[in-house]
Amino acid sequence: MTGELGQLALCFALALSLVMAAGGLLGARDNALTARRIAHGATMGMLVFVVLAFGVLTYGFVVSDFSIAAVASNSHTLKPLIYKISGVWGNHEGSMLLWVLVLSFYAALVAGLNRGGDHLTSAALGVQGLLAAAFLLFILFTSNPFLRLDPAPFEGAGLNPLLQDFGLAVHPPMLYAGYVGLSASFSYAAAALIVGGAAQSDSWARAARPFMLLAWIALTCGIALGSWWAYYELGWGGFWFWDPVENASLMPWLVATALLHSALATEKSGAFRTWSLLLAIAGFSMSLIGTFLVRSGVLSSVHAFASDPTRGFFIMVLIFCAIGGALALFAWRAPTLKGGEAFEPVSRETTLLLNNVFLVAACAAVFVGTLYPLTLDAITGEKISVGPPYYAATFAPIFFALLLLVPLGPRLGWRRGNLKDAMRTLYPALGLALVAAALVLLVASPRFLTGTCAFAVAGWLIGASAIDLFKRKGARASAFAAALAHAGLGVTLMGVAGTTLWRSEALTVMGPGETMTVGPYTLRFDGVTAEQGPNYRASRAHIALMDGANVKTMMTPEQRIYPAEGQDTSDTAIHTTGFTDLYLALGDDRGGGRWTLRAYVSPLAPFIWLGALVMAAGGLLSLWGRLRLRSAVPSAAVQPAE
Amino acid sequence: MKKILFLLLLLASPVLAAPVADTFPDPVMETRARDLQRQLRCLVCQGESIDESRAPLAAELRHLVRVQMAQGRSDQQIRAFLTARYGNFILMKPPLQGSTYFLWLAPFLVLIGAGAVAISVIGRARKAVAENPPDLL
Repeated sequence: MTGELGQLALCFALALSLVMAAGGLLGARDNALTARRIAHGATMGMLVFVVLAFGVLTYGFVVSDFSIAAVASNSHTLKPLIYKISGVWGNHEGSMLLWVLVLSFYAALVAGLNRGGDHLTSAALGVQGLLAAAFLLFILFTSNPFLRLDPAPFEGAGLNPLLQDFGLAVHPPMLYAGYVGLSASFSYAAAALIVGGAAQSDSWARAARPFMLLAWIALTCGIALGSWWAYYELGWGGFWFWDPVENASLMPWLVATALLHSALATEKSGAFRTWSLLLAIAGFSMSLIGTFLVRSGVLSSVHAFASDPTRGFFIMVLIFCAIGGALALFAWRAPTLKGGEAFEPVSRETTLLLNNVFLVAACAAVFVGTLYPLTLDAITGEKISVGPPYYAATFAPIFFALLLLVPLGPRLGWRRGNLKDAMRTLYPALGLALVAAALVLLVASPRFLTGTCAFAVAGWLIGASAIDLFKRKGARASAFAAALAHAGLGVTLMGVAGTTLWRSEALTVMGPGETMTVGPYTLRFDGVTAEQGPNYRASRAHIALMDGANVKTMMTPEQRIYPAEGQDTSDTAIHTTGFTDLYLALGDDRGGGRWTLRAYVSPLAPFIWLGALVMAAGGLLSLWGRLRLRSAVPSAAVQPAE
Repeated sequence: MKKILFLLLLLASPVLAAPVADTFPDPVMETRARDLQRQLRCLVCQGESIDESRAPLAAELRHLVRVQMAQGRSDQQIRAFLTARYGNFILMKPPLQGSTYFLWLAPFLVLIGAGAVAISVIGRARKAVAENPPDLL
């Protein structure tokens, strides 16, 4: 019965999304008050029904209702409750429902905040309605989570053990909040094009800014969570693999970052008007393309996609309509919005433009690196791999060049800046950069040119941000927000450089009582015990981290076997000082109580995720400043100086 | 001929491999082996190098790399051997060749193109300032 309720709720949501689309688009005309009201009502109604459908599916997972196919193939009675719940989005059908749920929340936020005036909000709701309708159709026709099984199986097939983990339980909702958050900027951009007029085209950037920030914060956290999960779960001490699925989340982040910067200039003076609109379209397009890559099966193999192309084909048509429609609208309307750029070559605008040049090129590297092998395989059948060395040669130098310029931007005035003055305030940061480089040369061995440069740039970024945070008292929240976000980049950069270049590792076969050393640490192997988890069996190694003759702490890496799923995973043990991680993973049983143990010492590894948190904090601060400004009427005279 | 002889040797690799352990005692050799392993892709996993992968095939490939290293073959020769056997797919770093020029050049073409557009925009914006000097500066 509950399953049918969910199905019905989805059908109602689809109907309401169509009402929302029609009402919203009609409401973009002058004096169309009724249509606007209908669009608002339909938005809230759609949210209610999508929440209901999602609740029904979650209930099915919690009570293990195996008559629902999605539950039967992705859950198990013995699974802990939290993984029963996260199992809702740990599969294709449920994750698409989560996607629509997040979309509905954003639509309700667009309606509720009603920024940028009635015309703009109404048109934006109309576009959100179209997107919701497209995804609801996709769910109902190709990925229905409420399909029944008759007879219902006695037990479920379980969830991929890799997904039975806290990090991966919260990673997808966070990432989707980012992916789908970009739909709000997309809808506002499309709305600005629909409504037309230069005034609208600047107020859209202000209206959409909270959503850009929200999406960017969620993407930053989502990517960091995913990378952290890969770090502690995959057992190799790596934190980023340039895997297509990871790239699919990085591309929207790069475009969203570019958009955040370019839209600043648009808000301020109408500069880069059409370019910001294009970026807003591109940002959500990257989200859609990422979804297509992950959801269509095209990544595992071009042939897997070809053997069951229904879903992939549907998403492809959806992407084609959304991106193509938006671009057509852009081509038709944008020429009437021709830009009003007027600034000196040395100015804030120029730095924002350069920011966009580098971010777009960096995104192009990721885009080509991800899609080229698939395209080449599909066209010629030739198979190539695009691995980390490719990104090290393309993405890394482009992004590095961008980082060099970051501290300059906030110091140059709008329209006309003074490079000499800007550099003068940056002397302390330059000093910090030199000190950081010298320290790295002194302390770290072996010496790497790249590592030295990375730490110099990190010092440059953090130094510049510190000057902003401490010296510019009375500055607006937005200035502090930018300083925090830029400092976060420096922190992450240190973590990436430290871990990539100076990681030491040891791979040893050890018997009980034997010791090994890795980096400055001495480890004693105290044997392996068999443990029983709720839905797995584990071999748990007991390893003493020694401090002279004393045991400092015990570490317990595990090998787990999940019988229901027939898979095994390794559960790593990490001892962190906040600056350095000691990372242990248990390998194979070599017989006679002897086991393979892999140990890594990753200097500054925690900084990778700490930096992301600092960036997200910067985003939150900016968002807070924005929402507080709501009461102040935005006028040409009083504009946030970001 | 030499190649055939080598393949025959490989067939007998269990015998030949006996002295080649999981790790080389010589740290220089070991570092070289790890570097080489990181450049080679595990053929059955998604995006992992044979250095990282837990798949049995990756273990075999690691062994193969080490056997060849022990025979004194250079990195270049080992990579060439493996690409002859498994194709370019095994290389983490795609080779620069006809089918990959676009892959390697695209990011920089985009950089140059976007840079050119930016320069023209800056030029136009400067002209706009000169023609229409703002009141407040």
